Amino acid sequence: MFEQIASAVGVMVAGVLACIAYFWLSNKMLDMAFPVRDGDVMAASQSLRRRAMVRPWLFVGPALFLLVVYLVYPVVATLILSFYDRGGQNYIGLSNYQWALGDRDFRQSIFNNILWLAVVPAACTFFGLIVAVLTDRIWWGNIAKSLVFMPMAISFVGASVIWKFVYDYRAEGETQIGILNAVVQALGGNPQVWIALPFWNNFFLMAILIWIQTGFAMVILSAALRGIPEETIEAAVIDGANGWQIFWKIMVPQIWGTIAVVWTTITILVLKVFDIVLTMTNGQWSTTVLANLMFDWMFRGGGDSGRSAAIAVIIMLAVTPIMVWNIRRANREMGGH
Amino acid sequence: MAAAMMQIRRIGLPRLFVHVSVLVIVLLWLFPTLGIFVSALRDKDQLAVSGWWTAFSTSKRTEVARLADATAQKQEGTLYVISGNVWEGATPRTIESFGTRIQEPAAYKAGDTADLGEGEQLQVNADGSYRYTKAAAFDGARGKRIYLTVSTPPEFTTDNYNTVLNSEGIGRSFINSLTVAIPATIIPILIAAFAAYALSWMHFPGRNFMIAMVVGLIVVPLQMSLIPLLRMYNEIGTIFGVPSKTYAGIWLAHTAFGMPLAIYLLRNYMVGLPREIIESARVDGASDFEIFVKIILPLSFPALASFAIFQFLWVWNDLLVAMVFLGTAKEQLVLTGHLNALLGSRGGNWEILTASAFITIIVPLIVFFALQRYLVRGLLAGSVKGG
Repeated sequence: MFEQIASAVGVMVAGVLACIAYFWLSNKMLDMAFPVRDGDVMAASQSLRRRAMVRPWLFVGPALFLLVVYLVYPVVATLILSFYDRGGQNYIGLSNYQWALGDRDFRQSIFNNILWLAVVPAACTFFGLIVAVLTDRIWWGNIAKSLVFMPMAISFVGASVIWKFVYDYRAEGETQIGILNAVVQALGGNPQVWIALPFWNNFFLMAILIWIQTGFAMVILSAALRGIPEETIEAAVIDGANGWQIFWKIMVPQIWGTIAVVWTTITILVLKVFDIVLTMTNGQWSTTVLANLMFDWMFRGGGDSGRSAAIAVIIMLAVTPIMVWNIRRANREMGGH
Repeated sequence: MAAAMMQIRRIGLPRLFVHVSVLVIVLLWLFPTLGIFVSALRDKDQLAVSGWWTAFSTSKRTEVARLADATAQKQEGTLYVISGNVWEGATPRTIESFGTRIQEPAAYKAGDTADLGEGEQLQVNADGSYRYTKAAAFDGARGKRIYLTVSTPPEFTTDNYNTVLNSEGIGRSFINSLTVAIPATIIPILIAAFAAYALSWMHFPGRNFMIAMVVGLIVVPLQMSLIPLLRMYNEIGTIFGVPSKTYAGIWLAHTAFGMPLAIYLLRNYMVGLPREIIESARVDGASDFEIFVKIILPLSFPALASFAIFQFLWVWNDLLVAMVFLGTAKEQLVLTGHLNALLGSRGGNWEILTASAFITIIVPLIVFFALQRYLVRGLLAGSVKGG
């Protein structure tokens, strides 16, 4: 045990030091390569100019390298691989995509993904908005927020164990140790194997993500609500609007932008949902989604990189509109400055 | 009651409605996690037969016991008697009731004398002592089987933690998780901070393009990277004769995957720093490296902290990257991977699952509650990334 900790600490220190050493040494070397000496003004200013030309690349170099190697290159490579066969050797055109269209699991995944997309972002935003509005009015609102926000820190795997325990099933008549079945049985219903009920089990898995992400939506929306100018609400009160009208007609329209950001952020997360399905059902009982199917094909039967890549590309296509929207928004903001 | 009504009138019904609904939501959100926390501390036999919400009350359970056999009988006048204690050799518990047939395991109250017919009588007391009498001599090689309803006081134990930390190997996974998470948090901060500074305060060709690229890459799904990277790692492993699944490999992967958000967050923050500070330092002859280390880094602390929390939570909680880049061998498993494996191999052993889950989520929860302020700030600044 001690040995393991010691070696872990050693490895960690080495990794971090190597990183610090790069920045420090490379900058030192740059200063040495283009020295500035007193007296020779021409040479000094030329040195300074050269330093200013090279230094940005020392700063962005590692980041650029990582971005290109780990993100840009793989995106292109995956796109290309999706037109090749299982080993990535022979070009087979659109066959992988044709296969996908006809595959039962793939259709099931698409269907489930659409279901997730329809339910989870809406539910998170809705609950988040409600909690944000309600907690703003009570003295213990911050504690309440903190507790609703807490699942955000819990891993999807941890959350899956937590919820698997909630959904735990014992045969009818036995003492239920899962709270959901205990409640159902206490109300006179029959206990169910919730995660194995085709179609409905999707919703029991979605509940986990909603549980995790509502806090996120709440935090963002709460900040947006606080940013609403008091005068607009006061004016509405003077005009005789009731609470309901103020909420829907005054507050919500003013935070549309934020709602859109929350919605898209959760949408992206949903498209990539993987851990929850893997740990809860591993895709059984018709719960599989694209990310899990992709992972499956990466390793199934020695792996089929072509099909796996094709599924990844489809996830990527779904994300692309949001990506374009984000880039446009960022460009607009940069232009504004 | 009247006081409560007064209270309600004072607060006002809509107010009360708000309080109650928030309370319901909070409890709903808290309950699942509470189940894990409580269950992990319960005795594993109790955990398996009763709901965790009954953990604090005394539970009742039916048990089977066997009376002493015929060799223990003594003659008292005309009666033959077998006496003793049902808890012989076991920890004594309180008996509520007893019975002699499985159909009616609680037919008689403790302390009562049951008339079993044919001149047999049985008395079992709450402390377990019993007296079994018969008009004729007992025979038969085995003692009589009886059923007891036992009330067990709540039992809490740390045994489950001992089990998972030592024999299940969660302790080792815990160290693995730390070994992955700490450098995978520090390294990207360093690299991203330098890049963010260059992107906000230095001039070089392609700067705007790189900013746009960073924003675009924030949302690229991890799935797009996995296959080519796995191939690349394997090839590098074969060419240089090194293992393809190493800590350095997963640090770089996590660093790269966190890079777009890190640069985006830090650049947004650094761009907002006052220009005069940087310009006057430049006039004083400070190089960009010095400005960055001495001025920008300390000033950017809030943004660095926000991102550090993000990255730490994301790395600690990650399953996919660890599965692909660190492998699934037992010595290499991080906590999330180990928990996932346990769900398969120990699916029904809730004492193991709950204790392991607790160990997995406790570190992020501590980080969360201690540094929530920075987390919220980071979320507000960078709410374009999806996890």
